[in-house]
Amino acid sequence: MATSTTTLERTPRPGRRGRLHAFIDHLRNGDQIAHLITLAFAASVFLITCLLVYELWATSVLPRHKFGWSFLVTSVWDPVFEQFGALPFIYGTVVTSALALLIAVPLGVGAAIFLAELAPPRISDGLSFVIELLAAVPSVIYGVIGIFVMVPLLRRYVEVPLKAAFGYLPLFKGPAMGVGFLAAGVVLAVMVVPFILSISREVLLSVPVDQREAALALGATKWESTWKVVVPYARTGIMGSIFLALARALGETMAVTMVIGNNPQISASLFAPGYSIAAVIANELAEASSEMHYQALIELGLVLFAVTIIINALARILILTTAGRGTAH
Amino acid sequence: MATPKLILMNGTSAPQAQPAGGNVAQPATAALKLRVRDVNFYYGAKKVLHSVSLDVPPNKITALIGPSGCGKSTFLRTLNRMYETVPHARAEGDLRLDDEDILTMEVTALRRRVGMAFQRPNPFPKSIFDNIAYGLRVNSSHSRAALAEAVEGSLKRAALWDEVKDSLHKSAYALSGGQQQRLCIARALAVNPEVLLLDEPCSALDPIATAKIEELLFVLKDSCTIVIVTHNMQQAARVSDQTGFFLLGKLLEVNDTRTIFKKPARKETEDYITGRFG
Amino acid sequence: MSFRDVWRKSVNIVMFSLTGLATLLTVSVLFFILGYLVWYGGSSVSWNFFTKLPTPVGEAGGGMANAIVGSGKLLLLAALIGVPVGLLGGIYLAEFGRGTFSHFVRYTADLLNGVPSIVMGIFAYTIVVLPMHHGSALAGSLALAVMLVPIVLRSTEQFMRAVPVSLREGALALGASKWQTVATVIVPAGFRGIATGILLSLARVAGETAPLIFTAGGNNFWAQGWNQPIASLPVMIYNYALSPYEDWHRQAWAAGLVLLAFVLIVTTGSRIILSLGFQSPRSG
Repeated sequence: MATSTTTLERTPRPGRRGRLHAFIDHLRNGDQIAHLITLAFAASVFLITCLLVYELWATSVLPRHKFGWSFLVTSVWDPVFEQFGALPFIYGTVVTSALALLIAVPLGVGAAIFLAELAPPRISDGLSFVIELLAAVPSVIYGVIGIFVMVPLLRRYVEVPLKAAFGYLPLFKGPAMGVGFLAAGVVLAVMVVPFILSISREVLLSVPVDQREAALALGATKWESTWKVVVPYARTGIMGSIFLALARALGETMAVTMVIGNNPQISASLFAPGYSIAAVIANELAEASSEMHYQALIELGLVLFAVTIIINALARILILTTAGRGTAH
Repeated sequence: MATPKLILMNGTSAPQAQPAGGNVAQPATAALKLRVRDVNFYYGAKKVLHSVSLDVPPNKITALIGPSGCGKSTFLRTLNRMYETVPHARAEGDLRLDDEDILTMEVTALRRRVGMAFQRPNPFPKSIFDNIAYGLRVNSSHSRAALAEAVEGSLKRAALWDEVKDSLHKSAYALSGGQQQRLCIARALAVNPEVLLLDEPCSALDPIATAKIEELLFVLKDSCTIVIVTHNMQQAARVSDQTGFFLLGKLLEVNDTRTIFKKPARKETEDYITGRFG
Repeated sequence: MSFRDVWRKSVNIVMFSLTGLATLLTVSVLFFILGYLVWYGGSSVSWNFFTKLPTPVGEAGGGMANAIVGSGKLLLLAALIGVPVGLLGGIYLAEFGRGTFSHFVRYTADLLNGVPSIVMGIFAYTIVVLPMHHGSALAGSLALAVMLVPIVLRSTEQFMRAVPVSLREGALALGASKWQTVATVIVPAGFRGIATGILLSLARVAGETAPLIFTAGGNNFWAQGWNQPIASLPVMIYNYALSPYEDWHRQAWAAGLVLLAFVLIVTTGSRIILSLGFQSPRSG
């Protein structure tokens, strides 16, 4: 082929001066500077996260040293004598979130199936927009509705009848006061349904059409094709949406604070008032009496942070593995 | 610098020894605008151009033809290094513009000298005036009057002035497809490029708009050198002075257009031109 | 038709009816919320509500002017801190970011987005409130700003990526450098989307209460400065709703209505602006 002296020397390497020159040229037309500046801001997202972890860790030294792991498993919370055990809050958080998922999952996944499989696209998109608005409603407003509207209704039409029918079960023991685990669970359920719904709908919509057609062609009814083919295909993504909702429920503060009753006790009864991690932080951090007190509250924040981060990380992985490719960012 | 280079005044270059042999057609004079030797191109590990060599004489139209996927567009994009927007794309070889090394030139300076218009018209979402003035504004500051003059000049060169002179401040998106493509050519012309690269500029246009662009090319070659990629052989035959035929990443044959279409040297070229494949 | 077929058909109908019912229930929640807020709060939204300071218990009248202005100031400062970080970081991810580092930043942003807002409040509390020994507008804004960053970052990246490659190539081919291309073509072309993303993020943090309670604090009067406690609408709603006074409950409903109206109007408005679509070059 064509070889000559010039082709042998085709990519002249810039010498030291040449390289310097090239770098100055680069700076002059601004690309490097723009690159570095935007890089710094992108990196700051990571730095903020590191700083957040550091602050949570460094400002909860006292109770960690004093109580160690027993912080998580003892149940005395006494700011006056500086005894701090987080169990009632952890219990309340777990129970209300579990209750919320119990109600929200069938509701959210069911509605997602309806919107993805049955509703005409226009209606589906319109209703999804309503759901998006629902997700935008501030938590404190759910709290207001919860305390003034839902709690009285819940007491009269749910708790009292349940008590009459199943009062012998420990689950429904004690006076029906309205506020308590049940109320918090129901408000949380209403709040997280939009998250389950919108992501599950997207995941379901991303299931290839041929999967449905294959099932229908074999004589399955629409429901059979949906339940036995489409939903299993989208299972991982739906699980992801549920995890995301769980993380939301665990960290949700205002609405829970307003209806849970704010009483640090562990009770088997759903009607009993309780407390949650986020609620106690919201209630006590502003007027924490001692250094040990606010550090104990911040340690609770650290626990909440760690748990939600892990659940979120799992949820993202689950969602990315199914719907990833561009839709569910 | 490792290579002694002759940097000459715009438009002329030193007579140089041409590499002997190969499949390169030798033009009569040695004054070349673009001189390409042994260019290899890779997308990651995949080699898509194999040792391509081509001479482009000034003020001529060079057409590159070949079936789709043959590497002609990739080759065009090595001439102004537009391939650099693709991650892991890499060109090797000797590419010279007026004897200056294209691969080590400052890339913005290169692209100012080697303009380009694309397959689909891509006006910016700005006014017609701002579209044309864009290249001037990013390269240096100009007075209002100088800009207006340059915009008018470019639009006239692209034969678009009469159609848009009353709507310079309207959105470029209001124009028809053919007008948009001429606008994009005018936009490239505004910075006075020495070379104009056209990547299938008529593939999205109707025959009338195509004819207008072809007319335009004849006029433009007085002031710049044109390299056009096309999959339309009639177009290559109509407008170009020399034609190169690409197949599977190789420049199989290049010669003056009449010879290529009348008496191609290679069997593959003949097959392609007569429509036996492609 | 066999019994089995009838059974299968019935299951089909019953199950889909149930999913329809689930949808109806979920969607109706929004209308219940709106209805209750208008019913209980509508009558208390008056001119005074927007212009007067809160009155002491027992005195009639009064409004939440300080809380409305306070929320505005908190949002403004939060936007000034958080939006540039998110915006420039998003530009990095869309334009310069390739490889593991940007994946890492993206994932971190998503995780940060999922961190409960109260934890963001603690963050601002440890950084600003503890050293100053009292709550301040600055602390509240910082908490909100940290929440804005990941949302703005991801939406900016998304909308910049939506700008057609051909525009980018057009600018580069004219000898524009990369940052010139970004600043003069891509950001303007994606401007509508980027701006809507910022608006949506502001609407989202406007209703945040938890991170403000112990950072911005509360204030029944006009705030004296950025380093002083400041009232905000969400915190005011919370305090008033939990108070024992009938009159304050009415005010809480009214404030809830105003807050929700703001959030819904901004969210809907952004949607409408976006659905008008991007302009794109005519082809052919």
